[in-house]
Amino acid sequence: MKIKTVVAIGIGSALFLILGRFVVIPTGIPNTEIQTAYAFLAFMAILYGPIAGGCIGFIGHILKDLTAYGSPWFSWIIASAVLGLIIGLVAKKLNIQDGFTLKRGILFNVTQIIANLIAWVIVAPTLDILIYAEPTNKVFAQGFVASLSNIVTICVIGTFLLYTYSKTLTRSNSLELED
Amino acid sequence: MTILGYIDKNSIIHNLTGVTKLILLILCSFISMLTYDTRVLLLLLLLSIVAFRISKIKFKEISFIFYFILIFLLINNIAIFLFAPYQGSEIYGSQTVICNIIGPYSLTYEQLFYQFNITLKYFAVIPFALLFIVATHPSEFAASLNKIGINYKIAYAVAIALRYIPDIQKDYQEIAFAQQARGIDLSKNEKFIQRTKNKMAILTPLIFSSLERIEVISTAMELRAFGHNKKRTWYSARPFSKIDYICLTFMSIFFIVSLYITFANGSRFYNPF
Repeated sequence: MKIKTVVAIGIGSALFLILGRFVVIPTGIPNTEIQTAYAFLAFMAILYGPIAGGCIGFIGHILKDLTAYGSPWFSWIIASAVLGLIIGLVAKKLNIQDGFTLKRGILFNVTQIIANLIAWVIVAPTLDILIYAEPTNKVFAQGFVASLSNIVTICVIGTFLLYTYSKTLTRSNSLELED
Repeated sequence: MTILGYIDKNSIIHNLTGVTKLILLILCSFISMLTYDTRVLLLLLLLSIVAFRISKIKFKEISFIFYFILIFLLINNIAIFLFAPYQGSEIYGSQTVICNIIGPYSLTYEQLFYQFNITLKYFAVIPFALLFIVATHPSEFAASLNKIGINYKIAYAVAIALRYIPDIQKDYQEIAFAQQARGIDLSKNEKFIQRTKNKMAILTPLIFSSLERIEVISTAMELRAFGHNKKRTWYSARPFSKIDYICLTFMSIFFIVSLYITFANGSRFYNPF
């Protein structure tokens, strides 16, 4: 593992916790809020790859649960890790260091939608039933709401972050010959 | 808003090594996740309350989190009842109606017992987990992660996370104040779309300054040849003492016994009906 990945996991997890605790936007629907932390997770997964994405999701979510509720809720923690891992898988293909194009934006969003559905509609409810024996329809309803709100959050804020990031980079071949 | 963190005290719990506390917490979490047996859960809760008493941590110091958890559990319980009022009857295989509330919603003894168990399941580990956070020094925690077999690079990443939480929190506050001084309203007075945009005015600088931080820290670590060797030592690691062995032995026995009780009658659920 590269040193930069190690540090990205550390700082990323700390920032995931801070965003998860302080930068949430209530939507007006009870218990449903816009979690900017997940847009950040998707962003980091694209920047630093699947291992970083998975670890930030896992460690960051554990820290957030421990400091907010006092005890970790493992089914959703594993789902966060899965989300970061899957989005990170396209990091190489997306190659954000090379600029942000419409095609890359579409690839990013298709991936994040698939990753969200796997994480919140398959992984989280299944583990909720296995570990906590919660009612099936309740956990799937929760899963659908969570995946929908996270898809929208990542689509809007995550894409914006990637676009802004690509603007801050100096690209190769970006110099132009003056007449 | 406050974030729960290490509280320095001189108690038996504080003097246990980080490794011991981590293993105890993992064993307890496993017990509470695997079992649905009311007797085991009650025993676990009793044990964690006793541990909390020994630690000399005052209830006042963690009460804000405690109330937060209670509200969360209450909402969760209401949601379970609304979605599945007969889950309990399904699990325990009988139905004893107490009274009819409205339409298809009837209160049954089985449902009450099931929801009591589910609450207990969440609740039993909370004192342990809280204790772990307030009684383990962050740098010792990283050392103990490494000691139980987790790759030291991951352990170091956790150490970095714990080290930088206060710094990033401070960054967040400074950026928020700076943006408010520029007239960006973050309160509920703004409409939803505008408020989201205003939050982005904090989010973007916070994230990009953190990216810069990652560059600086990783360069510094590279200069010090981090990751060159297969192993590393930890300044804050401590050797085991007698009390560590006693606690670990006791908890292992408790773990095995609770698994035996749970699965002895062929089901995770304890059925009094």
